[in-house]
Amino acid sequence: MRDRVWIVAGLLLFLAVITYPFWHGVEARATSQPPVLVLPAHEKECVAPISYMRTSHMKLLLDWRNSVVRNDQRKYVSYDGKVYDMSLTGTCMKCHEKKGFCDRCHEYAGVGTPYCWNCHVDPALAEVKRP
Amino acid sequence: MSVFSSLILVLVFAALAYAGGLAGSSRWFMGVILPYTAILVFLGGLSYRVLRWAKSPVPFHIPTTCGQQKSLPWLKWSWLENPQSKGGVLLRMALEVLLFRSLFRNSRAQFLDGPRLRYGEEKFLWLSALAFHWSLLIILIRHLRFFVSPVPRFVMGLEAVDGFFQVSAPQLLVTDVVILAALLFLLQRRLRNPQVRYISLFTDYFALFLLLGIAFSGVLMRYFFRVDLERVKEVALGLVTFSPTVPAGVGPLFFVHLTLVSLLLIYFPFSKLVHMGGIFLSPTRNLANDSRVKRHVNPWDYPVKVHTYAEWEEEFHDKIKAAGLPLERE
Ligand code: HEC
Ligand code: HEC
Ligand code: HEC
Ligand code: HEM
Repeated sequence: MRDRVWIVAGLLLFLAVITYPFWHGVEARATSQPPVLVLPAHEKECVAPISYMRTSHMKLLLDWRNSVVRNDQRKYVSYDGKVYDMSLTGTCMKCHEKKGFCDRCHEYAGVGTPYCWNCHVDPALAEVKRP
Repeated sequence: MSVFSSLILVLVFAALAYAGGLAGSSRWFMGVILPYTAILVFLGGLSYRVLRWAKSPVPFHIPTTCGQQKSLPWLKWSWLENPQSKGGVLLRMALEVLLFRSLFRNSRAQFLDGPRLRYGEEKFLWLSALAFHWSLLIILIRHLRFFVSPVPRFVMGLEAVDGFFQVSAPQLLVTDVVILAALLFLLQRRLRNPQVRYISLFTDYFALFLLLGIAFSGVLMRYFFRVDLERVKEVALGLVTFSPTVPAGVGPLFFVHLTLVSLLLIYFPFSKLVHMGGIFLSPTRNLANDSRVKRHVNPWDYPVKVHTYAEWEEEFHDKIKAAGLPLERE
């Protein structure tokens, strides 16, 4: 074709856009290091095995919600026999903090802020704000 | 036949990747070597094909589009279909690439009782092609969250819009539903419509099944058999920062997804899928129809060696004269 300049320019533009993760990674000196999470100081075990929590904690939360809101069942017996109250604010947030734990990992994984926080709160944060 | 062979081929690849994902040794191959190979083949192959197209001669303008060329003022000019300027071409090309305008004209021939032949509108091909391609683009942009750290704003925003319905957790993403529905529609169209089925080849089915396999494994991974996204992001960032790692604890389903994606990328430059680059080089889309305004001289015209009559007469002047034949110049 006669428009070789245009074609080559278009191709180069395409290559530049598609390799964005590569040059951005080099430029931002990104590493594949996962974020450092603030873990509870006084506890060793989560409410379910760690491998399950890592992948599927949102499913657990929904199970809890359905159980509470639909069936009025608030007791959860964990894999190691402990009994927990099924509550996002009352249980998860007793051991975990929102900022250094949930948010940090969600930012890294590109989840954004789950809309749950529109209604549920991290009691620690709520107390700071109270006048 | 080609339906089953392509389906089986994709299933075999998926099964191999799943089995390999369980075992330790082949994970390095599937998580590092295959993706890098795929990226190189994809970028190199696509560039090669585009540059080859760029080299092929197009000596003449090809104004044959289905609209009236700009002509006398009382002839209605179809300015979008048959533009005369570079700007018009840009508009026509943009609409073609973004909205698949020429596919919108797709029609269908049908035999009715009689027998009567009827041509009718057929918009579902256009609609499902559009739905598929746009979902694919949005999904690919959303996938940047694995490859870029920190995750850019627009990726987060797109994900929020995509999860607009806020159903379940992880949130149901609209594009996931749309891409599966569109791909399944396109597949059943090939299978159910006898004419289309007759002309469908292995490569048509293979591309569809590969894309279906990728979308299905992605959806399974997101909504049903969750994988550890933190580890996935380590793999992805490792690839783009050239410090590859394959941490333990990435589920085997992820390797099915990644392997099928790598195969798609490798297959891409050799198949009909290069229409991604080819669309920009379609002469009936990218050439302004200005042959009535501008003189187009074939740039490949070279001086042809000719022997004119005058030269010939001069050469044989004496012989012609001797034979008593008439001469143009004495
Ligand atoms: C519109 C406000 C709202 C939003 C958004 C919301 N919830 Fe709730 N949630 C409630 C209310 C109200 C209850 C009932 C509290 C009760 O009965 O103790 C509840 C109960 C729950 C419970 C069990 C009881 C407890 O105290 O925690 C869980 C678990 C839960 N929600 C999880 C979630 C998750 C996960 C999300 C995000 C995906 C979410 N919720 C989003 C309002 C909301
Ligand atoms: C009794 C305290 C406790 C409660 C209650 C608790 N966790 Fe945990 N959680 C932990 C501890 C301790 C760990 C770290 C475990 C480890 O590293 O082996 C953890 C780990 C996790 C992880 C994985 C973090 C990682 O390192 O990848 C997630 C996700 C998580 N918890 C979410 C939750 C959610 C959601 C709830 C509420 C349903 C919850 N946790 C309730 C103590 C708790
Ligand atoms: C180890 C990292 C990690 C930690 C820690 C973590 N999450 Fe998540 N969470 C994720 C990932 C990754 C997803 C998204 C899954 C996806 O997109 O498929 C997610 C998704 C969710 C979702 C569903 C949101 C959506 O829009 O799809 C909720 C709700 C959620 N997390 C709640 C929590 C809460 C509450 C905590 C803190 C107690 C927490 N998470 C801590 C990694 C984490
Ligand atoms: C042609 C390229 C690809 C296509 C069409 C594709 C398609 C999909 C689809 C449809 C989903 C469902 C969930 C969603 O929409 O986010 C998905 C999920 C996923 N994909 Fe891909 N994908 C591609 C490439 C990749 C690559 C290269 C990776 C490697 C990092 C990857 C990793 C994942 C992961 C980890 C999930 C699960 C996401 C979650 O749990 O939220 N994909 N993919």
